[in-house]
Amino acid sequence: MQDQPTAAELVEAVAEFIRNHAMSQLQGHTAFHARVAANALDIVKRELEIAPSANTGEAARLKALLGREGTLEELNRELCARIENGAIGLETPGLTDHLWATTLTKLAIDQPNYSGYKRAVEEGR
Amino acid sequence: MIRSSTAGLSVRVTDMGVEENPLSAPLAAVVRNHIPGATGITNLKRLSGGASQETWSFDVTTAGKEPVLLILRRAPGGARDSRATAVPLETEARLIDLAGHADVPVPTVRHVLAPDDDLGHGFIMDRIAGETIARKILRDDEFAAARPKLARQCGEILARLHRIKMESLPPLRTSPARSEIMQYLETYKAHGHPHPVFELAFRWLKDNAPPEKTAHTLVHGDFRNGNLMIGPDGVRAVLDWELAHIGDPMEDLGWICVNSWRFGNIDQPVGGFGSREDMFEGYESAGGLKVDPARVKYWEVLGTLKWGVMCTIMVTAFKSGTDRSVERATIGRRSSETEVDLLRLLAPRN
Repeated sequence: MQDQPTAAELVEAVAEFIRNHAMSQLQGHTAFHARVAANALDIVKRELEIAPSANTGEAARLKALLGREGTLEELNRELCARIENGAIGLETPGLTDHLWATTLTKLAIDQPNYSGYKRAVEEGR
Repeated sequence: MIRSSTAGLSVRVTDMGVEENPLSAPLAAVVRNHIPGATGITNLKRLSGGASQETWSFDVTTAGKEPVLLILRRAPGGARDSRATAVPLETEARLIDLAGHADVPVPTVRHVLAPDDDLGHGFIMDRIAGETIARKILRDDEFAAARPKLARQCGEILARLHRIKMESLPPLRTSPARSEIMQYLETYKAHGHPHPVFELAFRWLKDNAPPEKTAHTLVHGDFRNGNLMIGPDGVRAVLDWELAHIGDPMEDLGWICVNSWRFGNIDQPVGGFGSREDMFEGYESAGGLKVDPARVKYWEVLGTLKWGVMCTIMVTAFKSGTDRSVERATIGRRSSETEVDLLRLLAPRN
């Protein structure tokens, strides 16, 4: 167990420093890149908060769908192979639910303001 | 592939102009020989960076008359582009010329560089005033009157572009859906990271590919918001012809509908500014083939996947050290945007 503050809190503090203090001292392309850097830290923060439990859920769904054990990467590679060879497809029970859950998690981490994500969340209600 | 642009995501204009540019002297000589009344050049500025092409803006000074505003498109360092999918600049110039004669709005090509111009491969064309930055086109008041007209204009322009006589075209690669799929599948596999949603899309695209005998025409290949020069009056010029090829004309109609090019205006499928119906009406009224909406959707799926694969391979340049910028790094985390778009197209929940 690590000490406080948490990794997510540290990353958040750095993002706040960039936005609230550093950016006002920068100009042009460097200011643009600083904004991109702060956005990247936001991704890291969300991943630290969301991914651990989401990955556990993803692995459980993949094991049920594929009927085998493995690491998250092995299971994803197996799913890819079975979709490619046609063994699993849109009609396979559980596939689209799994892909939706996994994809919505990715977007919640990567780009929660993306129009397609926001619309998909509304449509799923 | 999809131009340095990484497609309108980044700022298009970076001023890299310097006083003693080595291009200045040969360019001044070229304009004196080829632009009537030209005395020299000023304001030479690099507009877009990028591995595939350089774009330079400059003004030609004339004896006692208005300056002539021009653009130089040139291969980096004057070398020929080595990418398989991009057309040579001489071909691009020829296509722009043909398009102009077919009433497609394009800049007039003033001169195609020859070996003794000492500037490498490229061409010089008119600089048309207007805006290419998609978010400005979609938000700024200046374009409010133009926006409702754009989808129909895009349809009309594509109809004229697709009607350009095949026998008049310079040599171009032929790339129907299946070869586009195989090309991007290879790129995706080479990258190596597993994307089950991409696999599902590849599978769906293979299973639903248009029949081999589908009519082929000239296809622009990158006709979207970001590659159109827009003025308050509407579309002023179609730019970036480097991905032109022979293929299914519905490809151009589908690509401009990809959600990534709607820049947040998700309910305006054509470029974020208009409806498919308006574009299809414009297309058919200007003499285009009958639109097949299912095939347009097919190409929207393929286009969404293409952009997703492009985002993932941005990571390669970052990881290999070719480009360690934060901007490059984070584009990899945008491939998930195309995954949610692909699921909404292939497995909608509502």
